[in-house]
Amino acid sequence: MYALVDGNNFYVSCERVFAPRLAGKAVVVLSSNDGACIARSNEAKDLGVKMAQPWFQVRHLEKTAGLIAVSANHELYGDMSARMMAVEARYAPRQEVYSIDESFLDFDGVRDDRVATGRAMRAAILKETGIPTSVGFGATKTLAKLANHIAKTADRLPGSYPAYLAQVCDFGRLSRPELDALFAATDVGAVWGVGRRTTEKLKAGGIHTVLDLLRADVTCLRRQFSVVLEKTLRELHGISCLALDDAPPTRQQILVSRSFGTPITDVDGILEAVSEFASRAAERLRQQGSVAGAIGVYFTTSPFRTNDRQHSVNVTVPLARPSGDTAVLMRAAETAVRSQFRAGFRYAKAGAILTGLQPAGREQGALDLFCGPDDAADAPPPPPDPRARLMTALDALNHRFGRDSVRLGSTAMASNGAEVAVWATKQERRSPRYTTRWDEMPVVRA
Amino acid sequence: MNSPDDFPDGAPVGREGAAAPTIRRTSSAFGTPGLDSTVRRHDLNDVFIRHPEATFLMRAAGDEMRGAGIADGDVLLVDRALTAHPGHVIIAVVEGELRCRRLERPGGKRGAVHLVAADPAVAPIAVTEDAPLEVWGVVTTVIRSLV
Repeated sequence: MYALVDGNNFYVSCERVFAPRLAGKAVVVLSSNDGACIARSNEAKDLGVKMAQPWFQVRHLEKTAGLIAVSANHELYGDMSARMMAVEARYAPRQEVYSIDESFLDFDGVRDDRVATGRAMRAAILKETGIPTSVGFGATKTLAKLANHIAKTADRLPGSYPAYLAQVCDFGRLSRPELDALFAATDVGAVWGVGRRTTEKLKAGGIHTVLDLLRADVTCLRRQFSVVLEKTLRELHGISCLALDDAPPTRQQILVSRSFGTPITDVDGILEAVSEFASRAAERLRQQGSVAGAIGVYFTTSPFRTNDRQHSVNVTVPLARPSGDTAVLMRAAETAVRSQFRAGFRYAKAGAILTGLQPAGREQGALDLFCGPDDAADAPPPPPDPRARLMTALDALNHRFGRDSVRLGSTAMASNGAEVAVWATKQERRSPRYTTRWDEMPVVRA
Repeated sequence: MNSPDDFPDGAPVGREGAAAPTIRRTSSAFGTPGLDSTVRRHDLNDVFIRHPEATFLMRAAGDEMRGAGIADGDVLLVDRALTAHPGHVIIAVVEGELRCRRLERPGGKRGAVHLVAADPAVAPIAVTEDAPLEVWGVVTTVIRSLV
């Protein structure tokens, strides 16, 4: 049995923890360059603000409806994510951090009442970090995702689903007719891995709800759609096809992580692992034609080795300018590891996560004056960017000759960390980095 | 006003370290004998931060809590995992803002809860149905640099 735990309107919730005056208000978080809305409070959703909607289209709501916009504060979100994930990790033997605000927990062999466990976990996350979450339980990852969707929707829109499913929803406790009723009330597009285009095609073929999809003819679907959809269908039927650490690609962030067979204790081991993850994540990033605004790095001891002293690092490094360059991302990752590594711990797992994704080619070079001298070489303005061509060549070679046939040496990137830790994108409305900068901590009237 | 018991001695290192054999004679071929890797110097994080995920730093602005040992500019360690009880110095949300106050219940067990400054000139804030208590976290430690 899997659980999916997901922070509600995560970026907005992070902002609200330190700015309680934002509670109950319509709030959106804007992407790097303040271009688009990448997170919305429920109140902003009610105003009709759409995900990824350009800011200029909704800007008038500032005056007419009291909409509040803040710039993305990736450093804050990264740290709050680390705190949330660490609390979640106490509740199950295995955790896969799937994105900045979602993790899968493997509850196999856990005999406790799952709904009670889910509620206790949700309460602990809320108390300790201030972040509200939704929890979904299902026999497969796809079902856990769907249960989470229902838990969240039932909470946000009373009447959409039975009230007892709000916040924590366990498919494992529901009868077949109960499940079918839920599936009949749920749009097929809500299923994990069913994208917008697939949804359109399914609907054109008369498949509108999750129940329609479940009852569709498999061979017929197979002819029309990819093998991915077939996998999804099997997962919806309760046949697990996706193990932990195995997921269809996500669009909002890219995460590569792994548990180590043998714990790693030295900085070089962590550097090697994290560099590899960063490089693989960068490749996926370019495959989908995106660049990243920040890279997060985490490495942690195992909470289940209770005799081990525990240490957990999860740090987000904003990039001076969104980038898809392996070298830039690896350099940022390396700086993060070197600054956070502490000797004397047995690290069991590490990962790299790219966030603040946006389509490549839209990056602004306007603030280049903040960047180090060596960035001039890898930055636009000229469109035939030599670095971009190098990355394309790198990907082509690795595609042709196998992963890691050609790669950048991580040691070569250590020389200059000028790119990292400089916040240089247009971030007019960014809140203080409350939890990561000494001179930006919250001020309290005393 | 935390009793010392509020903070378990987070540094067993200090106790064990003295007894543990820290120096091992090895053949000179292995270089100088170093400190055993299990011995660690005092780490303030271990001592003062019981709940790392739930602990946040805040800076005090103002002198209304000076009587409670908190001066303007001090750094406060705030633990959200602790449950606030009367007597605790807490961070509360008051009118949408974070405020440092002591939680008090002057009328005893059945009495109303107040948020009280450590300055008699500042009026206490009564917790009512219309303005319910919203605890952000419990202040566990005050840090003030003297140089």
